[in-house]
Amino acid sequence: MCKQSPIWQIVFGVLPVFLAVLIAAMLVIAVDRDPVEVVTNIWEGAFRNTKSFAGVLNFWIPLTLVCVGLTVTFRSGLWNIGIEGQILIGAMFASWGALYIQLPEALAPLQIAIEIALGILGGMLWAGIAGALKVWLGVHEIFGGMALNSIASVWGIYLISGPWYPEGGSAQQSAPFSKVALLPGISDDWPVSLLALVLTVMALIIVPLILNRTRWGLQLKATGKNQRSALLLGVPINTVAMSSFLVCGGLAGIAGAYRTLFTYGSFRPLASGGIGFLGLLVVLLASTRTLWIPVITFLFAAILSGSTRLRVAMQLDASLAQVLQSTLVLLFLLVGGLRQRFEARSATPVEPEAAQPPVQTRAGGEVIAP
Amino acid sequence: MNITLKNIHKSFGRVHANNNINVTLTEGQIVGVLGENGAGKSTLMKILSGFQPADSGEIWIDDQFVSYDGPEAAIGRGIGMLQQDPLDVGAFTVLENFVYGRSGGILPRWSQAEQELNRYVRDFGFELDPTLWIEQLSIAQRQQLEIVRLFALGVKVLILDEPTTGISADQKAILFDALRRLAHDDKLIVLLVSHKLEDVIDLCDSVIVLRAGERVGDMMMPDSATITPEQISATKTHLVELMFGQEMALHERSLATLGETVMSLDDLHMRSKRLDISGVRLSIRAGEIIGLAGLDGSGQELFMRAACGLAPVHSGHIRLGERDLTGKPYRHFMQTGVIFGAAGRLEEGLIAGLTLTEHLALVESTAGAIHWPRMVDETNARIAHYNVRGQANSRIEQLSGGNQQRMLMALLPENPRVLILEQPTRGLDVDSSRWIWQQLLERRQRGAAILFSSPELDELVAYSDRILVFYAGRIYEIPDVAGITIDRLGHLIGGEFNG
Repeated sequence: MCKQSPIWQIVFGVLPVFLAVLIAAMLVIAVDRDPVEVVTNIWEGAFRNTKSFAGVLNFWIPLTLVCVGLTVTFRSGLWNIGIEGQILIGAMFASWGALYIQLPEALAPLQIAIEIALGILGGMLWAGIAGALKVWLGVHEIFGGMALNSIASVWGIYLISGPWYPEGGSAQQSAPFSKVALLPGISDDWPVSLLALVLTVMALIIVPLILNRTRWGLQLKATGKNQRSALLLGVPINTVAMSSFLVCGGLAGIAGAYRTLFTYGSFRPLASGGIGFLGLLVVLLASTRTLWIPVITFLFAAILSGSTRLRVAMQLDASLAQVLQSTLVLLFLLVGGLRQRFEARSATPVEPEAAQPPVQTRAGGEVIAP
Repeated sequence: MNITLKNIHKSFGRVHANNNINVTLTEGQIVGVLGENGAGKSTLMKILSGFQPADSGEIWIDDQFVSYDGPEAAIGRGIGMLQQDPLDVGAFTVLENFVYGRSGGILPRWSQAEQELNRYVRDFGFELDPTLWIEQLSIAQRQQLEIVRLFALGVKVLILDEPTTGISADQKAILFDALRRLAHDDKLIVLLVSHKLEDVIDLCDSVIVLRAGERVGDMMMPDSATITPEQISATKTHLVELMFGQEMALHERSLATLGETVMSLDDLHMRSKRLDISGVRLSIRAGEIIGLAGLDGSGQELFMRAACGLAPVHSGHIRLGERDLTGKPYRHFMQTGVIFGAAGRLEEGLIAGLTLTEHLALVESTAGAIHWPRMVDETNARIAHYNVRGQANSRIEQLSGGNQQRMLMALLPENPRVLILEQPTRGLDVDSSRWIWQQLLERRQRGAAILFSSPELDELVAYSDRILVFYAGRIYEIPDVAGITIDRLGHLIGGEFNG
């Protein structure tokens, strides 16, 4: 593939953002509001003061954890659509710890450690089922994941309308957790969990290191690119697929635990809030550029968090932000596709080998590079 | 309708698969297309049926130049091909399959189509229930459906690639009767690509023979109604000569002293969709080279894969020394020093998208963490030693075929116990092939046993201590390769195990 000139690089980078903003602006104008005012409000909603900034981080933490996990499954060539369910089951397990394990206040750190460990366990369990279905029963991970997502969701609804139904409450959420069970914030001005922040940053640093510097990471990559060859090169492909599911599920479990132990302070069947699917989009966008993941998640978190102000300030539903996000993702992928076509066309004569897949014939042996 | 192929050329890289082929086909004839693996038969048939274009050359139908692009267009011109694995759609019924691909209205006329289908089926003596699902059909029935479908589409030329593999003798008789009727009564041209000489002699009116991409001869077949066993045998001998040529360069045979038994197969039974191989008993000794001969799909692939845990074993035992590895996955075999090399390098063996260093790290690194700088050094050392034209950070698909093969050699352990190699020199030129064998013989000197398959008879004779000939899942052992003639080997490959 020939290198594009820097001008084209910039055009292809900026074009989708420009188009997305244009489309969103047209939408806003269509409902008779001022687009500039919308942007100002989102900005203010995200960065007005330390509290609003902490609000951004509250989205950034679970979204980033999920994305880091998904880079692992993507590396091994798996579409972990079941991530939503894994987040939810993680949240559910952590909530069980918060509701039923009551350690004295002095042991609060232990209480929280147990809850997070339970969250990890729950996420791994749900991912492990998707993995086992895939590896041993040949159920495609996308279908298995979809089914597990809906089972997790139904289970969540059952819990809050049955066993975890709060006295005198509504069937929206469980009873609030006790203070000992909650993740503490840094301060009143910085309502964000330091522990979760540290865990997320660690995941951001450690997971790429593992993927790039260890045998396991290489085995994931090999399995993702060509299972049959990987098998012949001695890669235990089933173990590799299972372990990548488990790692991703574990990280999703932490994300779920965070949502329930900090963001909500009670169990909700919508604990994940679509973060899993959003994570899939982010990882899709970033593709191999993993270093961009924290940046993209930050942008998305800012838009998500900032847009909550739209309702108060402009009587606009916050889902407008989601429209903007989805448009952005769609256009990025669209422009990416156009770019590939463009490059393929301008690069054809350079390396004909790359343009065509290896042709096999029984008669003629195989294509040999000229 | 008559068809003339003029000056057909087709190359794949350096392999000239079809070299200036001229053929005239006359209506009402059944013509056999013969040749060993890689002779260019399938390529020629694919060109005729529109599955791939020729590099140059012309196709004339009834003195008119035609050009078409794709199998659909070929069918439009009256040329249809029956694939080795019939290309029908799984989740359809027989009737639906029969109807699709037809032009006409949006809504098919089901009852009319069903009557038509039933009429053809009756005429041909087939057995096909229109309501059955495609998956429920046997291979023979799928062929029958394909034939009926193509005939109903108005095809004037019917090409069949190895149609008798995986079907019973009775089904074969039905098929041949139908084909005779199509050619002799309906005046179609029937082209039969087959490795099975008896089938060709039985069915065909004439035969053209390809060797190494060129048309090397043709022959009228004796009338099958009056043929004597002597005539059959003489015809076969003649065909084998045409297919394989007379001359065969014998290499210097390098003799190695054989060591202890390293691997033994005890009453092994394996099955695939088309093949059933049973009662295999084989002891392989250190330093021994066993060549596996046979036409494509005769059972060598299944045998080799089953012997190292890549295909299931139905019963029997595989032992390596004292260890019984029956039913264990390939990784266990690999850890005991049994290494498999597949014929398709980039599909099985190497990983497109990974660099040479990453490949080496996959097989070499034992610790959890990879020390990349050391791996790069090691890769550079291997690149130098194995004379690979590529960089440590090149991706494997950027290398040429010969260099990919060299890299595969570089990835092999220094002292394997058993190497099981599918066509180790496939697609390589003479120098590269010789180099590969040099590497293999070095490992053999150090005690490795080698099992390899090859379509090249002289490669088999040159390097093997023993040869196993595969034919339709049966195995014939040639214990002393020095005493075998190429003629005899050719007959064995054609399935004549007795005599």
